Amino acid sequence: MIVESRTVSFDSIALDSGATLAPVEVAYESYGKLNAARSNAILVLHAFSGDAHAAGISPETGQPGWWDNMIGPGKAFDTNQYFVICSNVLGGCRGTTGPSSLNPATGCPYAMKFPVITISDMVRLQKMLIDQLEISRLLAVTGGSMGGMQALEWAVAYPDRVVAAIPIATTTRHSAQQIAFNEVGRQAIMADPDWNGGDYYGKQPPARGLAVARMVGHITYMSDDSMREKFGRRLRGKQTFGFGFDVDFEVESYLRYRGTQFVGRFDANSYLYITKAMDYFDLTNGHGSLAQALAGAEARFLAISFSSDWLYPSYQSQEVVRALRSRNCDVAYVELESNYGHDAFLVDVASQTDLVRGFLASTLERVR
Amino acid sequence: MTTGTTRTPLKAAFVHDLLGRSDYAIIGEIVPHGAKVLDLGCGEAELLEWLAVHKGVDARGVEISADKVKRAIARGVSVFQGDINEGLADYPDGAFDYVILSQTLQETLHPRQVLHEMARVGRHVIVAFPNFGHWRVRLAMLTSGRAPRTSLFPYAWYESPNIHFLTVQDFEELADLETLEVERRYFLSGHRKVGWMPNLAAEVAVFLLRAPKA
Repeated sequence: MIVESRTVSFDSIALDSGATLAPVEVAYESYGKLNAARSNAILVLHAFSGDAHAAGISPETGQPGWWDNMIGPGKAFDTNQYFVICSNVLGGCRGTTGPSSLNPATGCPYAMKFPVITISDMVRLQKMLIDQLEISRLLAVTGGSMGGMQALEWAVAYPDRVVAAIPIATTTRHSAQQIAFNEVGRQAIMADPDWNGGDYYGKQPPARGLAVARMVGHITYMSDDSMREKFGRRLRGKQTFGFGFDVDFEVESYLRYRGTQFVGRFDANSYLYITKAMDYFDLTNGHGSLAQALAGAEARFLAISFSSDWLYPSYQSQEVVRALRSRNCDVAYVELESNYGHDAFLVDVASQTDLVRGFLASTLERVR
Repeated sequence: MTTGTTRTPLKAAFVHDLLGRSDYAIIGEIVPHGAKVLDLGCGEAELLEWLAVHKGVDARGVEISADKVKRAIARGVSVFQGDINEGLADYPDGAFDYVILSQTLQETLHPRQVLHEMARVGRHVIVAFPNFGHWRVRLAMLTSGRAPRTSLFPYAWYESPNIHFLTVQDFEELADLETLEVERRYFLSGHRKVGWMPNLAAEVAVFLLRAPKA
């Protein structure tokens, strides 16, 4: 599989907050080949902590992409047929401009001087990238979780640029519970003295706060069932309790490991900015109702949710589906049975593959 | 009460199966090219796929079973997982040219409401159902003294998905109650079209109806 990793620069981007970011860079990867008609492009949108490395093996890290089991030759997003693009989101820390990037005005990282960004800002930047790649219409936009929010935003903001949208395990707006979990993560980071008002670049980063934030996140991505199955009450490397506050249980060890590992690859300020963007996201903004927001959408939709996902419960996907039906839009929807909770969209590949493949094939037929 | 059951149009005496079903063959004849079609309880969307390929229809389906919905979407048909009632409620008036309910009316909790909603959402309604008035059903009940079990109604009463049993005559009356105009009627016994005493002789009935123009 051809894996191309690139960065594109733009002079500036106007943001929802009224601020302008100049210049701005986008890191992206692509897989497969764009056909002569430029009609086989699929934009894959990553979730909160993802990056542009969606598939293949990274030449730098040797790691497979975050959706490598879905993207590749013969896979759901078949790179023998489609040209798949994935870019790091605005505000991220994996090559696209974010709070850890250098502020040209000061020569120092932006830190908290980085403007507040939104999901539609992220999508606006992706559209600049797609324009740059001279792709007039994307065959599909797709993603899970925050990636699904971007897919929905694409279909509403640029209806004539999207043939199909596949929002997975997502919502049109965060509930109080979703905002609450994000706020706990943000507070954990900001309560770490090393956070230092966001000014920690070149110094000790707020590793403890960021790790705790990630631990909370991981709990919300799993399900009661999957945690019971994976850890139960098993002890870690001991037969009896330690009667102290070191690791006793497997689950504690796992969460600590995940937390620490995250610190090495993610920027705490990006955590703050991106979670805020998710909390601000509301597809109905400026439209009155969800049905009105979707009134102009021309894409056909495939919405997928998972039975054990309590972070982005099925009712949130069903809200989109109902609104689309009320506009008589072309929409398919299924709730897939899974024990993996929110993580299912990354893990439960087998159940998604036939669905996505059939949906894409019939979409491609309509374009021809 | 309608007595129009004798107006059965009969072009051919026999019907060939479509996808293994004679009622599908009738539906396949009725639906015109390029129509916008909603199939309620569409299963794996075999009929919708056939209509899309052979009649170029814009096909949508509703199905409650996640496994069937998965296979339907994998076929490329836009099907959503849901209950027939909730599925219909969201659609605007006249959203479809044809709304199809094939061999499912007897399984719905509120058949009258379903028929009413179908006529609201679709400009035409197609309902196919097994006829509980068929002579074999009557005979089975009369001779066995038990809930009838026939090739049409093969289930034991305690595990039957059928919760509302209706005859051709019952459906005519419901259509009257709902002030629906019956455009065409088809009665089948095996692969043979039935013209005479359909309430007794038809195993399966297919009705094409519409709400009268205001």
